Amino acid sequence: MQKSKLGNLSNYIGTFAALIILCIALALASPNFLDKANLMSILKQTSFNALLSTGMLLTLITAGIDLSVGATATFGACVAGAMVKMGITNPVFLFLAVLVVGGVVGLINGLLLTRLHLPHPFVSTLGMKNVLWGAALIITSSQMISFSNTGAEGIMVLGSATILGGFPISFVVVIAIYILMHILLTKTALGRSIYCAGGNMEATRLSGINADNVLTFCYVLSGFMAGFAGIVSIGRSGISNGANAIQPYDTDAIAACIIGGASFMGGKGTMVGTMLGALIIAVLRNGFTLLSVPSAWQNLVLGLVIIGAVLLDVTRERMQKKKK
Amino acid sequence: MKESIVQLKDVRKTFPGVVALSKMQLDVRKGEILGLIGENGAGKSTLIKVLTGVYHPDEGQIIVEGQERQFKTPQQAISAGISCVYQELNIEKLLSVTDNMFINKWIHKGPLLDYGKMHQIAQDMMKKLGLDVDVRKPAGHYGMGVQQMIEISKALLANAKCIIMDEPTSSLSEKEVEELLKICRDLRAQGIGIIFVSHKLEELFQLCDRITVIRDGEYIDTKDVADWDNDSLIKAMVGRSLDNQFPKEPGVRSEKPLLEVKNIHRKGVLHNVSFKAYGGEVLGFSGLVGAGRTETMRAIFGADPIDGGEIYIRGEKVDIKNPKDAIRAKIAFLTEDRKGQGLILNESIQNNLILANLKGYQKGLFLSQKDMDSMGEGRIQELSIKCPSQEERVGQLSGGNQQKVVIGKWLNTNADIYILDEPTRGIDVGAKVEVYQVINRLVKEGKCVIMVSSEMPEILGMSDRVLVMREGRITGEMSRSTDAFNQESVMKAAWEV
Repeated sequence: MQKSKLGNLSNYIGTFAALIILCIALALASPNFLDKANLMSILKQTSFNALLSTGMLLTLITAGIDLSVGATATFGACVAGAMVKMGITNPVFLFLAVLVVGGVVGLINGLLLTRLHLPHPFVSTLGMKNVLWGAALIITSSQMISFSNTGAEGIMVLGSATILGGFPISFVVVIAIYILMHILLTKTALGRSIYCAGGNMEATRLSGINADNVLTFCYVLSGFMAGFAGIVSIGRSGISNGANAIQPYDTDAIAACIIGGASFMGGKGTMVGTMLGALIIAVLRNGFTLLSVPSAWQNLVLGLVIIGAVLLDVTRERMQKKKK
Repeated sequence: MKESIVQLKDVRKTFPGVVALSKMQLDVRKGEILGLIGENGAGKSTLIKVLTGVYHPDEGQIIVEGQERQFKTPQQAISAGISCVYQELNIEKLLSVTDNMFINKWIHKGPLLDYGKMHQIAQDMMKKLGLDVDVRKPAGHYGMGVQQMIEISKALLANAKCIIMDEPTSSLSEKEVEELLKICRDLRAQGIGIIFVSHKLEELFQLCDRITVIRDGEYIDTKDVADWDNDSLIKAMVGRSLDNQFPKEPGVRSEKPLLEVKNIHRKGVLHNVSFKAYGGEVLGFSGLVGAGRTETMRAIFGADPIDGGEIYIRGEKVDIKNPKDAIRAKIAFLTEDRKGQGLILNESIQNNLILANLKGYQKGLFLSQKDMDSMGEGRIQELSIKCPSQEERVGQLSGGNQQKVVIGKWLNTNADIYILDEPTRGIDVGAKVEVYQVINRLVKEGKCVIMVSSEMPEILGMSDRVLVMREGRITGEMSRSTDAFNQESVMKAAWEV
């Protein structure tokens, strides 16, 4: 057992080294990179993507995908915005409402897959993304809604407040969620079932596990976490904007998971790896900004990073097979 | 004597660790129907694949119309005049009948396809085969009978001189069978040679001119149909002695049945299957591939829905809707498809071992690593699973060790009824004996073991009682203590003669 834990750690060394090298390179290239304010802003940026990546990882482990996470976050923020416009300003109530909305979106995704037998969730969640985009614009009349001076500022705390002299609360919460999820995935029967369903659905079903319920859980959790991310986004920007539903948030989340060791074939991926992946993406985006790289180039490079990470994964698999 | 179209001479084909064909002979003549039979695993499929260029023989000759040929691709075999209508038809159901016939040999008019001409040819072809179909309609619009005719038309369009039919009647209705047999005779009259593979003896006697028997990858005999009868065919198919590789140890059979199955019915698959299985016995299930044995087990285990029937355990009726219910009712089910349905190849040995009983290793909210580790160590020792550690991925293990992991998974559920579907398929002799020893131990503990196997020696070597299935029905029962407990009577029940 001891050996295997070390083995697991060694899986992260490559990703961790990539993160460190990236940081050193940026520290050399830009004197501002190591500023405390800048580092804290990286963590803040990481929070949003890390939350989306949580659900994305679960669906990837089950050999699925959730392309609606970004749109769910935006839609959740817009629901809060619409409620504020209607005069509902209790922050706690808004907070809970957004989480419920996210969870319900996830439930629909899960049921479409497991009960109505839509083929790959690629299709259903892609459709859901567009549905949510439209819905977000409809409920906000395509207007940006500001939360400042509405009496609902409380909901912005999660995404904007800091503790211990500048450390973002959102990142503290994310760390807590990642620890909980890590325990769920590695120490509970449900966690094992998720990996096993991704590895071989039929064998899992024939072992007496209700694979449909396991999958549905993953999508509900994904929607729930996306709702959470939506609240963080309100705190960061102070507004809700339905047009954000088609931002490439999903791509960033997929990238974090894949860089962290998840595979589109399912059965693989960890919370620790995904956190490293999310940090790498945030550092990359931050570096681009510091070095004034145009956003067109940012997109291009991030795309290459994703392809590179998948290539690395595939090559590793093939080497292992050859070795055998 | 008519002249030969296709001959095989001394063909040998091996796969790693297995000799699939050795010194295989075959001779199909112009305008004859040659029956080809053999029991499960006799080498029929390999033989067909050698003839159609899917496999390349290690040794021996393929002679087509007097000339030795070597097929590098299936396409070359087809151009040489050998076509096969496989049991699993290669029909694209969404494409039209015409498209299916002309796949890969499209007729062009300039750069475009000449559908006018192709439809005309296809329609004529179908008419010649006595079928009234609209060739513009999707092939899936028509039943299996028509789809098979499309395959035959494909062969005829390729100017086939020899057509292989691999169990062509297995999925046809009675009327369709009649039509097929008639068409076979027509083709024979046109000078085409047909190799007719079938599990139905009466069909072979009705249709064939000669029958070739193969067994264990070897050629046994070919005779005119008049010189064969049921008994001599069966004898030629089994004709081997049981050797002593089965360490059978009898147990004490329980008074009352542990499992009773009453009238399990699944439309078109299972017809009123009923049987009793006792504690302390091995109940063997024999029959030809596709006889409904696996389907029966899947029905009992709740893996497939059933249309009717009841299951009693220790005399009490149980309602099993899914595998979860079955496991709760103390049934374990080792599937025949180890990699597809039994194991999660990318997961560790330990994770595979605990899979069917995750709750058993739960302490409060969490899985107990200590319990799982000691269980894993125990199973690895007990079943002598050869591996560096229980963290090894199952995909890295050999077939025999993989099978032991699946067995370990089910032992962990502490079931009373163990259904083992082809428990020794694809594993080496040493591992087989180890599997038999596990079976012996279970029987001694008073558990009930139901073993489905396509290997006759294994069935007779390990079972206390054998049930034989054919076409979704139970057609025979033999007890170890009676004279009927032999290969001939099992085969007769399997072929229903």
